[in-house]
Amino acid sequence: MTSLKTLAGSIALALIGSGTAMAQDAVQNDSFEAVLDRGVLRVGVQGAFRPWAFRAPDGSLQGIEVDLAQSVADRMGVELEPVVITSSNRMEFLRQGRIDLLIGGMSDRPDRREVVGIIEPAYWTSGPTLMAREGVISSWEDIEGKPVCGKQGVFYNRIAEEEFGANVVAFGGNTEGKEALRAGRCVAWVYDDTSIAADIASGDWEGFEMPVDTVFSNPWGVAVPLEEVDGIWGAFMTGMAYKWHADGTLIELEEKWGVKASPWIAEMHESLEYDDSYLSN
Amino acid sequence: MLDLIAPFFERLYETTGLNFSPFYDQYDWNRFVEGMWISLKLIACIIAVSLVIGVLGAAAQSSKNRPLRWLVAIYIESFRNTPPIVQLLFFYFALGAITPQVDMGGWYEPVIGSFGWSVIALGIFGGSYNVEIFRSGIEAVPETTVEAAESLGFSGLKTFIYVTLPLAFRICLPALTNNIISLAKTSSLAYVIAVPEITYTLNGIWSDNVNVPEMMILLFLYYIVLVAIIARAMAMLERRLALPGYGQ
Repeated sequence: MTSLKTLAGSIALALIGSGTAMAQDAVQNDSFEAVLDRGVLRVGVQGAFRPWAFRAPDGSLQGIEVDLAQSVADRMGVELEPVVITSSNRMEFLRQGRIDLLIGGMSDRPDRREVVGIIEPAYWTSGPTLMAREGVISSWEDIEGKPVCGKQGVFYNRIAEEEFGANVVAFGGNTEGKEALRAGRCVAWVYDDTSIAADIASGDWEGFEMPVDTVFSNPWGVAVPLEEVDGIWGAFMTGMAYKWHADGTLIELEEKWGVKASPWIAEMHESLEYDDSYLSN
Repeated sequence: MLDLIAPFFERLYETTGLNFSPFYDQYDWNRFVEGMWISLKLIACIIAVSLVIGVLGAAAQSSKNRPLRWLVAIYIESFRNTPPIVQLLFFYFALGAITPQVDMGGWYEPVIGSFGWSVIALGIFGGSYNVEIFRSGIEAVPETTVEAAESLGFSGLKTFIYVTLPLAFRICLPALTNNIISLAKTSSLAYVIAVPEITYTLNGIWSDNVNVPEMMILLFLYYIVLVAIIARAMAMLERRLALPGYGQ
């Protein structure tokens, strides 16, 4: 009986072992074909993050992420189906195959690269900063021991707690978190500088400011399933990402959606812009 | 505690990729323990509030005062018929905005925080069921028993406290157990108003470490064990309170 159990145990272990080994080693090439066969590209985008991806009054999803997703679908000659994801479920959605591609304001972090296939180059950058009532906060040190509102699933909540000693109160969505700041339930709202700049520019946040510098800037990557990052799908998306920089798509999107021009995007465009003058000769 | 188990879980992560970070990362461990502690406190407070409301509501329901009975009926209709998550958001964001706050310079320390609001909201929610559960128990107490108590000179209130309620409590205990278990599980909804209970903290951990399936398993196990303990305790209470020949 004991030996039977041991045998069953070792078979199970071997199966688990080989499963993970396969997942990590072998490059798979399912997605690209699957999308073409299906005729529909399912892309995970954020649903309530203006101007990256949000619901327009007519109910359709719009924004920079949707436009980027559309350019991929157009290139492949398929329909686009945007799927709304959240910060805490997006990587799981991609892993489970519920979406083919993720364009969801996701910072490129080493631990995330072990879970999903993050595509280089990044298409945007941002970093954590604070929004607070005018005159309340003057440096990052001011949040020590105080309640700071945040959004669940954002990695710099931990930085605000560990490095700056804040007591982060994280909500499920941006709206709830910012509403709590407005109601005075916390001293600041910790989030992406790009988003906070857009909020303040929108005019809905009279009397609020962005009082501190961004701690660091993190690239946002598009992601494909981990086992396909070195396959056709990953290579194709890498090409798309270069193209967005090279042909000025990202600069056009900044203008279209009224986002403050990012020096990083301008720099990338300049360094990658291709010279097509030889074609005319 | 962590020193003992950390090497095992670190090895487990390295060899199998199963990342149970709370069992080797001090920061996640603190969050996990704190989350469990707050979750237990929350559940205890919610159940206590719901029981008090249940008893008072059931007493008011059998009162001769018609407006009071109407008030209880309106209360039950409004809180049994709305989802608990809606009630939480309503209490925290709508009522919370008009309750007194202490100015702390840039932010306000509310007199009632998110923990307090979830105890109130979910306590009232659970209480609306408990009123009906206790009423079913009270109505099951034979009229003759009440008359017997009255013949001994008990007033209406005394009959309720010393005769009807103890008997009703025994009768409705199985239904009460169901509601208490359901409340214990509903407490996890408090994460929508950022009460740092177990669902909230594990959500934070899986967002940081991308170990969603592992933390989901942990969360699942936590509630299974917790509810098993509550169910066992209630079953023991049922046995202790059993009256031979009564309701058996």
